[in-house]
Amino acid sequence: MVVADGLEKTYQRGKERIDVLRGINLSIDEGEFVSLMGPSGSGKTTLLNLIGGLDKPSAGSLHVAGQSLAELSASRLAAWRAANVGFIFQFYNLLGVLNAQRNVELPLLLTKLSRKQRATNAETALAIVGLADRARHKPAELSGGQQQRVAIARALVADPRILVCDEPTGDLDRDTADEILDLLTLLHEEHGKTIVMVTHDPKAAERARRQLTMDKGVLVGVPA
Amino acid sequence: MGQILEITLMNLRNLVSRLGSSLVIVVGIAGVVAVLVGLLAMAAGFRAALQSASVPERAIVLRDQSNGELSSGMSNVEYNIVSQFEGVAVLSPELYVVADIPKMDTGTPANVVLRGVGPDAFVVRPEIEVIKGRRFEPGRNELLVGQLAAVEFAGLEVGAEIELKSSRWRIVGHFAANGSAYESEVWADLPVAQSAFNRGGALSSMRVLLEQPSLAASVAEAIKADPRLDLALTTEDQFYAEQSEGLSSLITSFGYAVATIMAIGAVFAALNTMYTAVSTRSVEIATLRALGFGALPVVISVLIEALLLAFLGGALGGLVVWLLFDGYTASTLNNASFSQVAFDFAVTPQLLQTGLVWALVLGAIGGLLPALRAARLPIFDALRGE
Amino acid sequence: MSAARLVWANLFRKRTRSILTVLSVAIAFLLFALLQAIGAAFDGGVSLQGVDRLIVSPKYSIVDPLPVRQREQILAVDGVEAIVGQNWFGGIYQDRRNFFPKYPVRPRPFFDIYGEFEIEPDVLERFARIRTAAVAGDVLMQRYGWQVGDIIPITADIWPKADGTRLWEFELVGSFTSQDERQPAQLFLFRYEYFTEAVASYGKDQVGWWTLRLDQPDRAAEIASEIDALFENSQTPTRSATEDEFQRQFAKQLGNISLIVRVIMGAVFFTIILLTANTMGQGLRERIPDLAVLKTLGFGDAWVSGIVLLEALLLVLLGAALGMGVAYALQGALAAGLAQIVGVFEITSATIAIGFGLAVAIGLLIGALPARTAHRLTIVEALRRG
Repeated sequence: MVVADGLEKTYQRGKERIDVLRGINLSIDEGEFVSLMGPSGSGKTTLLNLIGGLDKPSAGSLHVAGQSLAELSASRLAAWRAANVGFIFQFYNLLGVLNAQRNVELPLLLTKLSRKQRATNAETALAIVGLADRARHKPAELSGGQQQRVAIARALVADPRILVCDEPTGDLDRDTADEILDLLTLLHEEHGKTIVMVTHDPKAAERARRQLTMDKGVLVGVPA
Repeated sequence: MGQILEITLMNLRNLVSRLGSSLVIVVGIAGVVAVLVGLLAMAAGFRAALQSASVPERAIVLRDQSNGELSSGMSNVEYNIVSQFEGVAVLSPELYVVADIPKMDTGTPANVVLRGVGPDAFVVRPEIEVIKGRRFEPGRNELLVGQLAAVEFAGLEVGAEIELKSSRWRIVGHFAANGSAYESEVWADLPVAQSAFNRGGALSSMRVLLEQPSLAASVAEAIKADPRLDLALTTEDQFYAEQSEGLSSLITSFGYAVATIMAIGAVFAALNTMYTAVSTRSVEIATLRALGFGALPVVISVLIEALLLAFLGGALGGLVVWLLFDGYTASTLNNASFSQVAFDFAVTPQLLQTGLVWALVLGAIGGLLPALRAARLPIFDALRGE
Repeated sequence: MSAARLVWANLFRKRTRSILTVLSVAIAFLLFALLQAIGAAFDGGVSLQGVDRLIVSPKYSIVDPLPVRQREQILAVDGVEAIVGQNWFGGIYQDRRNFFPKYPVRPRPFFDIYGEFEIEPDVLERFARIRTAAVAGDVLMQRYGWQVGDIIPITADIWPKADGTRLWEFELVGSFTSQDERQPAQLFLFRYEYFTEAVASYGKDQVGWWTLRLDQPDRAAEIASEIDALFENSQTPTRSATEDEFQRQFAKQLGNISLIVRVIMGAVFFTIILLTANTMGQGLRERIPDLAVLKTLGFGDAWVSGIVLLEALLLVLLGAALGMGVAYALQGALAAGLAQIVGVFEITSATIAIGFGLAVAIGLLIGALPARTAHRLTIVEALRRG
């Protein structure tokens, strides 16, 4: 599902060159649940962004879902993300002006589904995360855990091949975090989703089938 | 007081960082003030053009009930009677007709006043000064042209010839008249004008130079009482005030109407800006409140900021109009005399003051509601940045 | 849900701000519609009904009268179907401020030529029969509370009677209405026969100008020069023009009203564009995280910038629709009030169309910059900032 070979990412900040990723070799199989840990600035979010197609590598090759991402133009990359990736963020990043149902429906605007089909799919996704009864609520009217469930429903709705999660429990208390992790586990086990999750929380990382750790731009401990 | 000053200064220091949105208040109010002052300057200029013609010791004699020289008429007999009246120092018999002369800018014919006068017209009006060429000679088809008429209408250069009433007239000079409406007129010898316009010996009006301004009432009374006369005497002050009233009050009310509508739009914008200013600073304001500053200094500081911006806007709008339009010459048809009057826009200090007052009122309205919101912000919520 | 839904929802993100912005745009377009109508009225750009009407006026000056004997000569010209003479009567009803046009006319030809005025046959019959009869437009009847049968006293300022008195009394025999709502009926008409009989000698057998109806309107120019040639070498040469052309020439005398109107509109729009652009900018800055999320979900750059552009367009179009809608709704009331000043007051469909065109242009202009920012937004940076 994910194959990285000699992946590098550098940023230019003023005159200074910052090497964030220094040669990552990584392979994640279809249906795997992988966690990615490491201290701040270790490059884990950057790696996640690359896998999710939000950013492009500076060097090396990266194939996700059979597609070489380095070769895609910005607009092709956007279309690729819409079809293949579901994102879950620490701060949920729901659109405050839309209710839960409409937030979930958002990615479907990019598909050829009919209006009715879009509504049905959104309802299904909300049912999976257990929020069918909150469809008409705006994000501000929901708790943090509920907002994150809506975000997960949104990530699911277009049936992506890979879920990319950036600190999905970082803003939640222990119990709520566990519920969210249960939900991710369920998606992994029952629905066979490939999940890559960046986290600070060792308990969250334990839920993954495979734990990776990064430091100073390289993967440590685990051979690729 | 110290609190207010402190908070205000702090606000103003960070005004620079909100330059873009603050500029909106300035420009919005500048627009309103510019339009208002511009139109009022037009009305003031028009009024000034007519009223600067008036001198206290001068009066005009028209047929009773006439509302202007154009609709008035009298004969030489009446001239002879009035000239004998006590208190009349000089009496100038005049013919007032309008002739079609093309406007310079549009080329379409416009009603230009042609005034037939005798030598006494210049005695009665010492402000008339020939600035180019010479006066017309008696008995000849010659025209002396007011300097504004020379600018506003085509073909009136000294030495040129124009056709009026089937005969050719030579332009022999230009005159200035202290900026008054006479400068929009064209003057000719009285008998020549009377015969060219088929008026026989008819006159339109008579201009009176009184021995003393205070004699106006008694001469007016004498004219009224004389059964041979169907005439009325009006002082120039009053006559020109009436002549200018219609159009200048029309322009003035148009100016206020447009400015009022615009002002509503500008207040919406000012509200927008100040609400945003308050909301971007809500943490800061709440911090101050948490530290123990009262609500009043917060309200006042927001108000002061709005007023300051509004004042800048008012000054800017006034300045722009003053630079662009002060002294700008326009001409229009005065419906009271049915003839063209050229005038200069007059951006007077009073008008600028009116503009500034408007600006401050708009600023106060635009600042007050947001200021109240600032004062009512719940400290705790604001501190959390909600 | 659709993209429009998202745009719409975003407008209500900061409701106060959106409402204030829409209102200030609405104010701009309200002014636009009103000023455009006023400008068009002064420009004579509004086409009156009289496309088949010709005005024959004195060539050199509006104060020259035309002799009535011209009537037969003009009627003999091929293509002239009907003719009526009109005089500017002036005169005062109670007070000088009560201004309305008063014309002595021949009843049947007048209403025959001015087809837009509707008069009951029996009223017209009485008007044509009773020597001192007068009819008034319904606007005047209402304004002054006149009843049929009233005696209307008019004090003459230009035209005293032959016996030297100036009081003219007319018996009001009825009223007429205007079918053209842009031009309310506010004329006062009385019998020319009575006028010429009773007026002082210098006013007898004369008219101010002729109004003609042509049966071949497309030959108007030809007929006009034929008539002018007829009187070229007489004591009273004429200048003929279609009513439209005549109005336009008269309007030009008022000076460059449309320039003033354009300057004001420029100031208004400049101000509003700036205000709305600023609001859009603020809105965008707050929404950058949202836009980044949309991009993350796979919405392309064009899609995201399109949403921003659409929002600007919608904001301006809403304001334009509101402003011009209010102007349109007020049209009837304004026409009644302004007709006295501007003659014709109409918000044409062309004005509305131009208004919406302007709204689209302004919307695009205002939306362009934020849209470009949205287009260039990179997800990684935006999310980091958010």
